[in-house]
Amino acid sequence: MNDKAGVDEAGAMADLTRLTAAETAVAIASGEASAVEVAKAHLDRIAAVDEKVHAFLHIDTEGALRAAEAVDAKRAQGEKLGPLAGVPLALKDIFTTEGVPTTVGSKILEGWIPPYDATLTKRLKQADVVILGKTNMDEFAMGSSTENSAYGPTGNPWDLTRIPGGSGGGSAAALASFQAPLAIGTDTGGSIRQPAAVTGTVGVKPTYGGVSRYGMVAFSSSLDQGGPCARTVLDAALLHEVIAGHDPMDSTSIDAPVPPVVEAAREGRKGDVRGMRIGVVKEFAGEGYQAGVMQRFTESVELLRELGAEIVEVSCPAFDYALAAYYLIAPSECSSNLARFDGLRYGLRVGDDGTKSAEDVTSLTREAGFGPEVKRRIMLGTYALSSGYYDAYYGSAQKVRTLITRDFQRAFGDVDVLISPTTPTTAFPIGERADDPMAMYLADLCTIPANLAGNAAMSLPCGLAPEDGLPVGLQIIAPAMADDRLYRVGAAVEAGFVERWGHPLLEEAPAL
Amino acid sequence: MTVTEELVSYEDALAAYDPVMGLEVHVELGTKTKMFCGCSTRLGAEPNSQTCPTCLGLPGSLPVVNATGVESAIKIGLALNCEIAEWCRFARKNYFYPDMPKNFQTSQYDEPIAFNGYLDVALEDGETFRVHIERAHMEEDTGKSTHIGGATGRIHGAVHSLLDYNRAGIPLIEIVTKPIVGAGSRAPEVAKAYVTELRELIRALGVSEARMEMGQMRCDVNLSLRPNGSETFGTRSETKNVNSLRSVERAVRFEIQRHAALLASGGSVVQETRHFHEDTGSTTSGRIKEEAEDYRYFPEPDLVPVAPSREWVEELCSRLPELPRVRRERLKAEWDISDHEMQSVLNAGAIDPIVATIDAGAPADQARKWWMGELARRANEDGVELTALPITPVQVARVCALVVEGSLNDKLARQVIEGVLVGEGDPDQVVDKRGLAVVSDEGALGTAVDEAIAGNQAVAEKIRSGKVAAAGALVGAVMKATGGKADAARVRELILEKLGVQS
Repeated sequence: MNDKAGVDEAGAMADLTRLTAAETAVAIASGEASAVEVAKAHLDRIAAVDEKVHAFLHIDTEGALRAAEAVDAKRAQGEKLGPLAGVPLALKDIFTTEGVPTTVGSKILEGWIPPYDATLTKRLKQADVVILGKTNMDEFAMGSSTENSAYGPTGNPWDLTRIPGGSGGGSAAALASFQAPLAIGTDTGGSIRQPAAVTGTVGVKPTYGGVSRYGMVAFSSSLDQGGPCARTVLDAALLHEVIAGHDPMDSTSIDAPVPPVVEAAREGRKGDVRGMRIGVVKEFAGEGYQAGVMQRFTESVELLRELGAEIVEVSCPAFDYALAAYYLIAPSECSSNLARFDGLRYGLRVGDDGTKSAEDVTSLTREAGFGPEVKRRIMLGTYALSSGYYDAYYGSAQKVRTLITRDFQRAFGDVDVLISPTTPTTAFPIGERADDPMAMYLADLCTIPANLAGNAAMSLPCGLAPEDGLPVGLQIIAPAMADDRLYRVGAAVEAGFVERWGHPLLEEAPAL
Repeated sequence: MTVTEELVSYEDALAAYDPVMGLEVHVELGTKTKMFCGCSTRLGAEPNSQTCPTCLGLPGSLPVVNATGVESAIKIGLALNCEIAEWCRFARKNYFYPDMPKNFQTSQYDEPIAFNGYLDVALEDGETFRVHIERAHMEEDTGKSTHIGGATGRIHGAVHSLLDYNRAGIPLIEIVTKPIVGAGSRAPEVAKAYVTELRELIRALGVSEARMEMGQMRCDVNLSLRPNGSETFGTRSETKNVNSLRSVERAVRFEIQRHAALLASGGSVVQETRHFHEDTGSTTSGRIKEEAEDYRYFPEPDLVPVAPSREWVEELCSRLPELPRVRRERLKAEWDISDHEMQSVLNAGAIDPIVATIDAGAPADQARKWWMGELARRANEDGVELTALPITPVQVARVCALVVEGSLNDKLARQVIEGVLVGEGDPDQVVDKRGLAVVSDEGALGTAVDEAIAGNQAVAEKIRSGKVAAAGALVGAVMKATGGKADAARVRELILEKLGVQS
């Protein structure tokens, strides 16, 4: 992958939507394409395919073109452009955007226009990234398929009858269908990594506290983490560097330099991981894991060995309880975080006919505004926090969390990163697990431990499962604040596979 | 809503029962900004003009702890002889109410910043009562709702409600006592003295003006009775927002009488929230707590723990100002007055004006005399605080100076004060305008004395024969002749001198 690959041998511009973010930035900076041309190419692509994919909930044509024009004006004035200036991005509809609707995939916020930008939104704007619009998601990020969106499901570009993962299915699908080279996701239990895995894209959950949560509508505060989504590891790194860093508006944001992720991605592309010790988590295998997923995972392990890594098996016994702990902690926090949606100050208001009490209006609004999965989790969490049950549920879950963190600490005392399949299976058909929450929850089996411990983790494509021809994701987990290791290992794996396949995986995706 | 409660007399109540109190006092801190965001805390602003995404609880917003708020909390804790937590967290108290934008209050639950302290309070007779402090914790205030329509002024029955979130997020410290036992019939007095002492302490620390009438300090009174001699606590009522020192006393008194009536008639006290009414001095039932409300507390995940370093706590401790009790002891010694006199000064709210008057040059006894005498009488007549009188300590000090140098006697000084109070200007201006200087011309005074002796020969003779006390009659005659403008002491001296008697 050459940074100048946007220009073919004859010097004519290739399809601008097929470029990586790095290539796009170079094309704009060098004047080979204007930011407006790039934005229009993507808006055209959205117009052409998003009716089928439904990645976007809101397309901000005007805002995108205005931002692109500003980049072109800067360039015309000889101003130095940032590394992602003019590159289009699809923003998960969970980050507030001043003057642009933010729904979190919920009816309860239908029509709400935030009066402020999230810190992440501000940083994107400051970096001259062109925000194309807001992407679909499971309501309040609760789900693994984007079927829980109040605005209808998103299709997986590899097979539109299948789920694109969730909750960030819209962002992942936008990348996989070339509607944007960059996207933003949020990951509470796998909502960046699992969609990345099932769409053949790259997604990173940074270390908890690495990216500001200010302006990111909370699902589970102690687990939520925004992060970059892209089609290549380097693109994810470039975006990571733009959105990460300390934010005084977020008390849980880490006040330390951002790990050198871009440098690590560039270094990793040389395909050299000699001297690295990589742990394979023993617990992430066995029953429930699709054969083709395990096959691709094993090939990834072999590739890493070939690239010079030392592979060791690692046991993390507490991981077996991660899913259970997660489904107590996340609902508990959400039951409190979502209490503010009462129909009194913003968003949906139902039943305000002048005869009902404020209490009734709140009840009716929440009844009508929240979908079944959100209600299920609010009820679960309310129960788990109730006096008399707190110790047994929330309290025990926090203890499990501590044990999981210790498992990670022990493992990272021995290895540099851990690897596993990102998800046990490839994308399942839309509707297949909609009525079976437990089956749905299992999609996040491998991703949840990193959220509970606050570690950094990445998913990147490692091939197609032979039995269904759908993408498989490789998960890499690094210690907190060692996000750069994800990029070094991820870029090496990516380079190795692209060399083996002769092209990036997404080139095998069907045309839409 | 008028509910007539059965009461028994206070004396009868105390004959049979022993009151147990628990006082919860909320203090709004005087920080410039709110507890979890940068909005101003200024009072009196246009409704909802001092708000931001965080204190409005908008989706996506996050709190950040106000360091000054934490510092104030630690100071209060230290002044209340509390232990200061080495590590503590905020917690969410979950319940739905429209004046709370997030539908949870960010508070502290089982990890308060300060705990296990005490406050010694002075009772009216100068005795000391030790009130043990359970905890002092940090939290945020709610918004303010005004319910329009309906009979009760409460949300139930209101036609609509107006919400002002300027107050939402203002830092509060909640100070909770341990059960106050052993006060007996003095329970109302102890309650009032505790809140008074706490208010003085908060003011001395400079962390809040603690003006109860402005809602900067609010008191909830928990009260239960147990039969005399019993060790087990009875069922308590919680009277909310008792908002003046006098109301604290009255609310305790009323609840003792109400509980006693219920218990004496074989009934039982309902565990409930009650509202105190300033006008009638009574309480009425609020919502009944059929079961303990479940606030589903859990540690606030949006905030990191508060872990004040021991060095910081020690530094704050070393910088604590002189606390009211210590200050009172010092002043009592400096002024050379009794416990009882000091208590009167305290009750009159006169300490600060007296100190300021002394600082402005007045002798302590003069300063105390004027503030506790004439000025206290005036304040009482006008129904205002001493400090609300339109006279400054500097002006009082000037009056004192004029008296000391003999330019004014007490009677004239009262007139000067009167002049200052009605706006005639500074004491010297009043003296000029009203022509109030004492007759200090020895010649004129001598003549007046001579005339008085001449006109009262019989009295003069008594004095000559040694009945010095009889001089008063002649002094009176001279004062009358000079229109009260003479220095009585000097007149007395002159009379005795002229009659050849040793004073």
